[in-house]
Amino acid sequence: MNGTIMDEIRSRKVFFDGGMGSLLQARGLKAGELPETWNLLRPEVLRQIHRDYLEAGCDILTTNTFGANGLKYPPGGPFSLEEIIEAGVANAREAVKAAGRGFVALDLGPTGKLLKPLGDLDFDHACAIYKEVVVTGSRAGADLVLVETMSDGYEAKAAVLAAKENCDLPVFATMIFDQKGKLLTGGDVEATVALLEGLGVDALGINCGLGPVQMKEILRELLKYASVPVIVNPNAGLPRSENGRTVYDIDEDEFAAVMEDIGDMGANVLGGCCGTTPDHIRKLVERCRHKEQVLPERKRRTVVSSYTHAVVIDRDPVIIGERINPTGKSRFKQALKDHDLEYILQEGVTQEDHGARVLDVNVGLPGINEPEMMEEVIKELQSVIDLPLQIDTSDMKAMERAMRIYNGKPLINSVNGKEESMRAVFPLVKHYGGVVVALALDEGGIPDTAQGRLDIARKIYATAAEYGIQKEDILIDGLCLTVSSDSKGALTTLETLRRVRDELGGKTILGVSNISFGLPQREIINAAFFTMAMANGLNAAIINPNSQAMTRSYYSFRALWDLDSQCQDYIGMYGGQPFGAGDSGAGYGHLSGENGQGQTRKGTEPGNKNSISAAQELMGLGDCIRRGLKERAHQAVKVLLEEREALDIINQEMIPALDDVGKGFERGTVFLPQLLMSAEAAKAAFEVIKAYMAQNGQSQEKKGTIILATVKGDIHDIGKNIVKVLLENYSYQVVDLGKDVPPEKIVKEAVERKVPLVGLSALMTTTVPSMEETIVRLRKQAPWVKVMVGGAVLTEEYARTIGADRYCRDAMASVNYAESLFMERELPENEKGAGER
Amino acid sequence: MNVKETLRYLGYKGEQADEQTLMLVEECWRELEGAAVKRCCFREYPLIFSDAGAMDLGCFHATSQALSKNLMGCRAVVLFAATLGVLVDSLIRRYSRLEMSRAVVLQAAAAAMLEDYCDQVNEELRRDYEKKGLYLRPRFSPGYGDFSLECQPALLGALEAGKRVGITLTDGFLMAPSKSVTAVIGVSPIEGIRGGKGCESCGKADCVYRRDKGNLQEGSGKRV
Repeated sequence: MNGTIMDEIRSRKVFFDGGMGSLLQARGLKAGELPETWNLLRPEVLRQIHRDYLEAGCDILTTNTFGANGLKYPPGGPFSLEEIIEAGVANAREAVKAAGRGFVALDLGPTGKLLKPLGDLDFDHACAIYKEVVVTGSRAGADLVLVETMSDGYEAKAAVLAAKENCDLPVFATMIFDQKGKLLTGGDVEATVALLEGLGVDALGINCGLGPVQMKEILRELLKYASVPVIVNPNAGLPRSENGRTVYDIDEDEFAAVMEDIGDMGANVLGGCCGTTPDHIRKLVERCRHKEQVLPERKRRTVVSSYTHAVVIDRDPVIIGERINPTGKSRFKQALKDHDLEYILQEGVTQEDHGARVLDVNVGLPGINEPEMMEEVIKELQSVIDLPLQIDTSDMKAMERAMRIYNGKPLINSVNGKEESMRAVFPLVKHYGGVVVALALDEGGIPDTAQGRLDIARKIYATAAEYGIQKEDILIDGLCLTVSSDSKGALTTLETLRRVRDELGGKTILGVSNISFGLPQREIINAAFFTMAMANGLNAAIINPNSQAMTRSYYSFRALWDLDSQCQDYIGMYGGQPFGAGDSGAGYGHLSGENGQGQTRKGTEPGNKNSISAAQELMGLGDCIRRGLKERAHQAVKVLLEEREALDIINQEMIPALDDVGKGFERGTVFLPQLLMSAEAAKAAFEVIKAYMAQNGQSQEKKGTIILATVKGDIHDIGKNIVKVLLENYSYQVVDLGKDVPPEKIVKEAVERKVPLVGLSALMTTTVPSMEETIVRLRKQAPWVKVMVGGAVLTEEYARTIGADRYCRDAMASVNYAESLFMERELPENEKGAGER
Repeated sequence: MNVKETLRYLGYKGEQADEQTLMLVEECWRELEGAAVKRCCFREYPLIFSDAGAMDLGCFHATSQALSKNLMGCRAVVLFAATLGVLVDSLIRRYSRLEMSRAVVLQAAAAAMLEDYCDQVNEELRRDYEKKGLYLRPRFSPGYGDFSLECQPALLGALEAGKRVGITLTDGFLMAPSKSVTAVIGVSPIEGIRGGKGCESCGKADCVYRRDKGNLQEGSGKRV
């Protein structure tokens, strides 16, 4: 059967069936009853509905397995998942057999849970859940897999991967968009198409959520981007409740009439979703059966995506930020070793603020488990930044892991013309989707001539095609050799760029800064070469977006090259700035991520929007902290460092200010936002001191290590995060285990790190038991550990009942407790609680 | 933009906030308005009382003194769910890694925005029902008093809230997106006492979150 449904779609309009739930309800399915159980309990009803749909003229029956998954039908429950799915397929098969025509689509709906980091379902777990359904359903005789009603692209990715990995059937995927063309998780149509086509779906489209009228606009978008057949399965209309019953704003005739328009617009597969009946489908088929089938043309767009949006790589050059990379950066290496993810996130945010549209991610460092670190960094970055990422590694395990868990269609860095490289990388690109950077070198090294590099590019395209990877998913890296050792280096690269574009019709990328290696004032050469490269057709540049010189080249090139309508971006960037603004005394563009720390995030200091020059009205550091002025604190500490010792500044200026604010908070005269703004101002100052001390080979002693975690079952971690910020300001090393942390993990970390203090947080009464369990285990396996607890539902008494050493009613209380424990500081009178009794 | 409620959630009890905090609150509201996708769904079910506080709400059974007191005299209930969507959670998460002060203010502003949204939808419902000569009781949420969170799967399931508005549950019955509300609203032929809504209608008078006591609220640092 495999392939047949695709043959049908190529030759004519094909029709899905309509709704199932409302038909079952009409036949007596009760509220709260699981619809899939009827596959076993009332198979005759299912078969009848399937037969009715076939008689109405539909081609593809969807099995009644929308909610059939291991979460809703757990092992040991009253129904066997396997039997439910088998019966679901068998009922549809039966109807197809009786009618002598039709296909059976194994239906995969959403799991009913949100994936991490939005919810608590792990991506791998989601894949496993779908795998179970796919294995059973394909064995039972389905003709295709339909992933449908997905409102999260990440969950759709899990389902499509599971289908692709566990059967050979065609895979269709349809998503729910709202009227603005967005998924619930924020993804737009273009990003969703990039993701799904990257994963290799055979057809894609929209279902549920809207009626056919509202879907037209979404369809128009879809058709702009899609290269595979497009499916439209709307609800019967927009629903409203009338005397407790759901009714729709349009009837069957109007539904069919609008669907006819939708067919004319270019939808290839049509059907219905909630509220549609065999009547809807009959009328729809009558109107659309003889319409000409026009399949979408291949769009040949080079596109990568994040979970929210796509970035097209074409004539208008795309800046890829290169700063998340430890090569030659001691502070970054230290961050990787210390597991300082905040530092890495900050590097990402800084580049985003400076105009990067994709971020390169490289975490390769000897002694680091790269696959694990890569996975963690990608997940963290994607939970904070919505730019597409470029996975940069030569470790194939890390590459595969990253591509698997990446939410979107990534850029991959890199493959080259060597057999071995292509054999390793291309299968991954084919399987997970992505655009891959291809270095124009091979076993023979880097060719000296553009012709040589073009030959390799041709070879790479040809080999990729054997794996089913299209030319548009490859970016040729023409490579640049440093001009100081090869005076023709730049010319060769520029010729390569031009000829890849003109002769091969391909897209190009470059790591621009290699060109200046070994020369003084490298950015002068880099910026000039960058402009030349863009003029010779460069489509994507891996650069430091925090560099003023590079940014200037970029904005001026776009204005001059008719890529910036009415020079709006240029004016937006440089309008209102005096000439030379941004030139620091240190020369061109030394605004790197490193010394940019703490003064990035434009406009994050409320009431302090205009940048303040160091010369202007300098407030004392203590006052900056008390008033929560981050940028001023940053400036003030720089001035202080010129005349005073770092430790003096911390002990005599910063700590007293933090103490003042903390006491004010306890008295109720300072409020939480102020407490935190002060903490952030102090943090910005600490960053400056840290960099200064590192430069002078000093390091600041930590007072001790504290583990913080939100307990298992609880996904609210804002309180814990507040505590973390404050403890770090008081020079504690905080090991943040995150939220929803199982007791065994907390115990393991506490034992391994031999920490003296663990802080646990729980928000809900339902999660306090896991807090208690954690404490019990800690007492057994780490008896030296003190435990402080906090959270909305806790009280002094409750904390004592579950065996905690200390109840902290707010974040300052946890600082005071830590200080009393580590520094033997006296606790404030009002906080002598459980521990002392 | 509900600055007053936002400040209350941040622990202010009528004190004047400084200029910098006010500006932060305003910026957060603007950012929140860009991120929030407000959605709600509701459905009416018959209500049958059996003995001792046990109720059949059509799609689930509940035993709760507090709820049965709230629903006294009602013959039907409207099950209600509303959310600000996952993008609000994303926004708060982003800032809790980058700028905690902004994260707590967003958290408070989102709580205020959600409450306002629920009030607005409930007001529309109230008007619709009053046209039919029926009166609505204050909304009552799982987790208020002795009304257990364990009805959440059935309540959200009956509303098809996952598919329709995107509210899901974690293993511990917490809602994701976190800025979501579910509630039961009693429908009665007799007019009740107006005014009490949301928080105030709960019997758990010692709750640390309680609004009428002006206590510290969600996102106020009460949590550790």
